[in-house]
Amino acid sequence: MNLLRELLFPLIAVVAAFIVGGILILIIGDNPLQAYALLFGSALSWPVGIGYTLFYATPLIFTGLAVMVAFRCGLLNIGAEGQLYIGAFATAWVGITFANLSPWLLIPLCFVAAILGGGVWGAIPGVLKARFGSHEVINTIMLNFIAVALLSYFTQYHYKTPGDPIMETVPIGSGAHIARLGKVIHGLPEFIPLNVAFVLALICCGLVYLFLWRTKWGYELRATGTNPSAAEYGGISVRKQIIVAMTISGALAGMVGINEVLGYRYRYYDGFSDNYGFTGIAVALLGRNHPVGVIISALLFAVLQRGGIPVDAFTEHVTKDIVQVLQGTIILFVAAEAFFRGPFAKFGLLKR
Amino acid sequence: MIELRQITKRFGAVLANDKVNVVVKPGTIHAIVGENGAGKSTAMRIAYGFYKAEDGEILVDGQVHSIETPHDAIALGIGMVHQHFMLVDTMTVAENIVLGAEPGSVVALDLGKASVEIRRLSEEFKLAVNPDAVIENLSVGQQQRVELMKALYRHARLLILDEPTAVLTPQEVEEFFSILRRMREQGKTVVIITHKLAEVLAISDEVTVMRDGRVVGSLQTKATNAAELARLMVGREVLLRVEKTPAKTGSTELSVRNLTVTARGGAKPVKDVSFEVRKGEILGIAGVEGNGQTELIEALAGLISPSQLSGEIRIEDRDITREGARLRRELGIAHIPEDRHRRGLLLEFDLAENSILGVHYRTPVVAYGGAFLDYGAIRSRTKEIIEGFDVRPANPDLPARVLSGGNQQKLIIGREFKVNPKLLLVSQPTRGVDIGAIEFIHRKLVGLRDSGCAVLLVSAELEEVTSLSDRLLIIHEGRIVGEVDPKVATIEEIGLLMTRGH
Repeated sequence: MNLLRELLFPLIAVVAAFIVGGILILIIGDNPLQAYALLFGSALSWPVGIGYTLFYATPLIFTGLAVMVAFRCGLLNIGAEGQLYIGAFATAWVGITFANLSPWLLIPLCFVAAILGGGVWGAIPGVLKARFGSHEVINTIMLNFIAVALLSYFTQYHYKTPGDPIMETVPIGSGAHIARLGKVIHGLPEFIPLNVAFVLALICCGLVYLFLWRTKWGYELRATGTNPSAAEYGGISVRKQIIVAMTISGALAGMVGINEVLGYRYRYYDGFSDNYGFTGIAVALLGRNHPVGVIISALLFAVLQRGGIPVDAFTEHVTKDIVQVLQGTIILFVAAEAFFRGPFAKFGLLKR
Repeated sequence: MIELRQITKRFGAVLANDKVNVVVKPGTIHAIVGENGAGKSTAMRIAYGFYKAEDGEILVDGQVHSIETPHDAIALGIGMVHQHFMLVDTMTVAENIVLGAEPGSVVALDLGKASVEIRRLSEEFKLAVNPDAVIENLSVGQQQRVELMKALYRHARLLILDEPTAVLTPQEVEEFFSILRRMREQGKTVVIITHKLAEVLAISDEVTVMRDGRVVGSLQTKATNAAELARLMVGREVLLRVEKTPAKTGSTELSVRNLTVTARGGAKPVKDVSFEVRKGEILGIAGVEGNGQTELIEALAGLISPSQLSGEIRIEDRDITREGARLRRELGIAHIPEDRHRRGLLLEFDLAENSILGVHYRTPVVAYGGAFLDYGAIRSRTKEIIEGFDVRPANPDLPARVLSGGNQQKLIIGREFKVNPKLLLVSQPTRGVDIGAIEFIHRKLVGLRDSGCAVLLVSAELEEVTSLSDRLLIIHEGRIVGEVDPKVATIEEIGLLMTRGH
């Protein structure tokens, strides 16, 4: 019953959003059923569609988890975007600087760099909040700007191949490359950038679950999120929990860099993130701030992203923007959950 | 004046009102008593048009009326004051009173006219309400009188008051009751919903007792007594007096020396307080709420930053003034906080998770290297608490918020008793708790004392603090202004110290 209720409202929100989107497509002058068939058909076709969909889902799982962990501590981390850039750059820096190390050493080092980079960038607003009470939303937004600007500067003036017109660093050492799943999964072509980072993202979901719901530290973090006064009463340091939660959150966001740099582009590419950090907020929200929900909603958003491309190309009027409208509508409906809850409660289908 | 006949109302599977009959005679004060969840408020909200009954009828002045909305009720001369006030804090008294019934034309609000009427009503009922005062500057008691005024301004002849005294100090209660008596003299009818027996006996003419959604008694107040009412409410004999043997006190457990708490604004809610609590005794602290009790207990529990404290707090021989809440708990201090929703519970967490707050990092609830929670151990601990303290419903997987106030309180008390404390800090242990549960909680507290624990008790209920305590201190404006022997001191004597300080 509980699980059903948790699933029901996000599901209604998604269906409602697709109906609204369908009406919109109709108004624009295309057939909604055809557009949706195109969207899902291409995103879920084997192997290319599914391969890309899972690849797109990878960063969203990381950022969804990041936002979720902070949220469970009562914090709104708007800074996953900045944290993932720092993590990506840190891992690229290690991959470039220690390019000659053996992969057995270099890959773990690169992982650590991504985790540490994002973690430190997340910890800053955590410390600021714990020490001075300044609001994490403002600080994470500011740190996003700082991260983007700082990394553009480093890319442009210190790590770019001279003469390269593209804003990207020199490549990382080949020892830092992580395997694409095409190598091990039969039938999945290797040009699809789906890589080990996806598996890592799933492992992280499991670890986050274990941490939050099975350890005493997770208990303290969640207790702080649900009622800081009561947590304090129970001998929990609220300040420490804020810093811990923001650090973990940042570290998870930073791991996007593993997917991006070590598994896909093999270099740091300025401005690579397609708003993964912000979409992560939506992923966490739709996923009910639960790791399993995060996986499901990250997959949904990835489907929209991947499926949007052929919809753009093969319909007469609908463009890729309609997919963004769909995303936005889903979020609106999720946020308006009370709107659905009312009538359901009335018919006695759900009781609180 | 008003009569409810065979009123029936369901909420989902719960039968909130089962063929409820209430007859309120004009010009009387009629009390409706019952434990939390007995259906008192539901019945009165039906009379006020807040809920619609599934069955039954409402008669006003002998005529059957259908009251669909509060508007209908107001038109019939029925007013209601809710437990939680519905006032706009930043507006004046006059603005609040006319809200929804604005005088003057659509474009020009005639507040002057309203003010005159408000002054006249204030005079007539001696409410002492200044129409130009801003709500946020008023005391709770004054705000309540504004709520009364709102109903009177709308020509209410019948006033329904839902737990009106819950927010008042003992002095304010007296004042409030004399206002009610004046209203009765002026021909108004008053229905007062309460679960406090002393108040029923003090103020009402007639009383209707409810239990489990049914009316179990309609009595003349003169012809009944507290024991009978309690028996009707709970459904069994209830011990209203606390039975206890003389304290067998041991060595000093807690000693407080010259403790001063400085708030962030510079105010000093606790000033130069010194006392001791010995093993095996209950030391009570009586005082009007807001005289530093909250800060004193929080300072002792380690919930106020050491930088705001001066003086010394010792537990046995150890100075703990600078220590945090966690270490104090490890030294054997347990704490039942005054505000269970703010401090005592994680409302969204289930009972099992709530039952380990404060010990969640220690054996036996952690296992596998000390990092992981041992859910088997947690569940058995929770079950012991649920059984030992009669928490209902007895399901460790329910979120704490679905429990009634009394059961939430029993869960907290059970959790704090479970650590076998050396010192128990208790604030308002029975606030918002049913009579049956009050008796139970009192017995548990005395039992803990008898087992040798030192207990520091703060309560706004004078009756409670005098009957439970072995020694009683009186606090006024953050200072301890006197110590009395609770066995011999009279309520008047204590009340005087509480209000004047000397």
